Amino acid sequence: MPKTATSRKTEQKSEKASGNPSSETADSTGSSDFVDVELAKAEYLKRRKSQLESIKKTDKKLLREMLYQMVLGRIFEEKCAEVYRMGMIGGFCHLYIGQEAIAVGSMMALRPDDMVITAYRDHVQAMVKGMTPESVMAELYGKEGGCVKGKGGSMHMFSKEHQFYGGHGIVGGQIGVGTGMAYAAKYKGTDQVTLCFFGEAAVNQGMFHESLNMAELWKLPCIYICENNQYGMGTSQSRAMSASSIAKKADAFHMANEFVDGMDVMAVREATLRAIERARKDGSPTLLEIRAYRFMGHSMSDPGNYRTRDEIKKYQERDPIILFKDSLKESKVLSDKDFEQIEQEAIEAVDKALKFAEESPFPAESELYTDVYAD
Amino acid sequence: MAVLTIRDALNQALREEILRDEKVFVMGEEVAEYDGAYKVTRGLWKEFGDKRVVDTPITELGFAAVGVGAAMAGLRPVIEFMTWNFSILAADQIINHAAKMLYMSGGQFNVPIVFRGPNGSAYQVSSQHSQALEAFYANFPGLKVVMPSTAADAKGLLKSAIRDNNPVLFLEQERMYGNKGEVPDDDDFTIPLGLADVKREGTDCTIVARSMTVPLALQAAELMQKEFDVSVEVIDPRTIKPLDIDTIVTSVKKTNRLVVAEESHYFASVGAEISHQVMEHAFDYLDAPVKRLSTAEAPNPYAKNLEALALPDVAKIVAAVKEVCYL
Repeated sequence: MPKTATSRKTEQKSEKASGNPSSETADSTGSSDFVDVELAKAEYLKRRKSQLESIKKTDKKLLREMLYQMVLGRIFEEKCAEVYRMGMIGGFCHLYIGQEAIAVGSMMALRPDDMVITAYRDHVQAMVKGMTPESVMAELYGKEGGCVKGKGGSMHMFSKEHQFYGGHGIVGGQIGVGTGMAYAAKYKGTDQVTLCFFGEAAVNQGMFHESLNMAELWKLPCIYICENNQYGMGTSQSRAMSASSIAKKADAFHMANEFVDGMDVMAVREATLRAIERARKDGSPTLLEIRAYRFMGHSMSDPGNYRTRDEIKKYQERDPIILFKDSLKESKVLSDKDFEQIEQEAIEAVDKALKFAEESPFPAESELYTDVYAD
Repeated sequence: MAVLTIRDALNQALREEILRDEKVFVMGEEVAEYDGAYKVTRGLWKEFGDKRVVDTPITELGFAAVGVGAAMAGLRPVIEFMTWNFSILAADQIINHAAKMLYMSGGQFNVPIVFRGPNGSAYQVSSQHSQALEAFYANFPGLKVVMPSTAADAKGLLKSAIRDNNPVLFLEQERMYGNKGEVPDDDDFTIPLGLADVKREGTDCTIVARSMTVPLALQAAELMQKEFDVSVEVIDPRTIKPLDIDTIVTSVKKTNRLVVAEESHYFASVGAEISHQVMEHAFDYLDAPVKRLSTAEAPNPYAKNLEALALPDVAKIVAAVKEVCYL
């Protein structure tokens, strides 16, 4: 398999793929400062017309479901914060609030048999991949009804049924595992693609570079999605990375890449669709740098002393749910009444999940020693 | 039965398993076109091609991870480390990912993978290329650790390791690749993991040895018989984890004396674990304190005389047996 991959013409492809208008943004700014927000706003305004066009071309049911999943993710995570503070959830708990457009925009472009792997900020990815809010919330509660029977908690959601290969707790570790999942798809001759999520801080790990090198060398159908929320725990990207553009790092491997506005769910969807097409066609991998912002701390124990309220507020003005709702309303796809209904459905789903988690028993003590070895 | 080197026995095992199961592939540095750094994979790339025998960049963490991901997605990778020393770069994948995946996923994703390669010292390759790492890896639940000492064991155990549904670390020894032994011709010949083998029967003292120290222990046993009329039993656990402690305890109950000879360092070694378990299960049967013989508590040196001084050898094992026999 690798021998066939040694000679390719990727440079052209790489340039074509990175011809997204917003890729300039990544180059001209180095940090997570306000200038970036303003630029992002300007870029978004320029794109608005074409975004509304693509909304028109997209199935209405799918658009509604996309918004529902974003709202469900938001309300689910808000509930997590609430019950975490009450002591109902233990350990680490990393919330996705602010980044919903990334999981929804990218994963809802997949087929059910496509594979997904991510890091520890995994609740929303798990649900978008089809796992029930009940099984995720019960896992957070450390209960028998959790998706991994209470053995993993917040960071380790898995579902073989939904081809969700887990939340993983070692920064960057899952990048190589995702590469291996794509390797298996190519080996078996399926045309499944793998979406492999990681944060921008993981890009500084050797694993990122080792994986991208192999993926392009061997032409593996892996879509690397860097969720750039601009902070690795409490350290801003500008204080941790010598070169600001993550998308461009793929050029070093001759890999197709795009910089994407992570507050714009349709932009995420379209970039992912382009990457999926490349992957299914000839197994080409892609790196997507999707710039977003997390509205909450790194985890529930984050004091948040490394960024200002003003900065957070600036980004909250670009809340991906609000932006998407505005576009849907302007396109006359959904109305305020629909939004209310969607929110109500999400609240009910989260309440149901919470009830299930509360009522589910703790795992039996015998579970301590099961699943250590396979038969 | 054919007489094969350990190297060729391993090669046969790989070949037969590649033929037997299309999910099996071999991946690592220099395993394909170069025929393997130690020639364990000789001829396989020519026979099976790029799909089944895959050269990697020098990127241990990365290709270990590719193996883990491919195993989760249904394949059976055999990942070669050119030596186990380099596995330390990939330890995050072995320990944090492969070992824990089944548990963390609540039993959903097992990782049927073999990591294999030479472990321990070679000849004067100094500190970074001479480490025996079995105790390190054996500490982690979820991993199996195998260390063959004969050609037949190498073949039978590697085939079982490849068919096992768990991550199996298969630790060979570079000094032993040329050692010859009889190997059954049956292409379905396997040896179950977790089963010790009595390499020599005896009544007066037990030596538990593995990998490189097994042939040394057998020579020491011959010498003890000839010169001191002491009958030494030599047991090779073959699998470190799961450990067949029953066979060891049965032997100690018979001989009442135990020497553990191993190539790894002394502190917190597998020998320490065996000593402890023997104390737990056969304390009243021991007529002398258990004696452990390991590599010196120093990084392995280059100089020939210092290296010899650091490693276990026949004379050191003989001295240990004499000590527990009060001779």
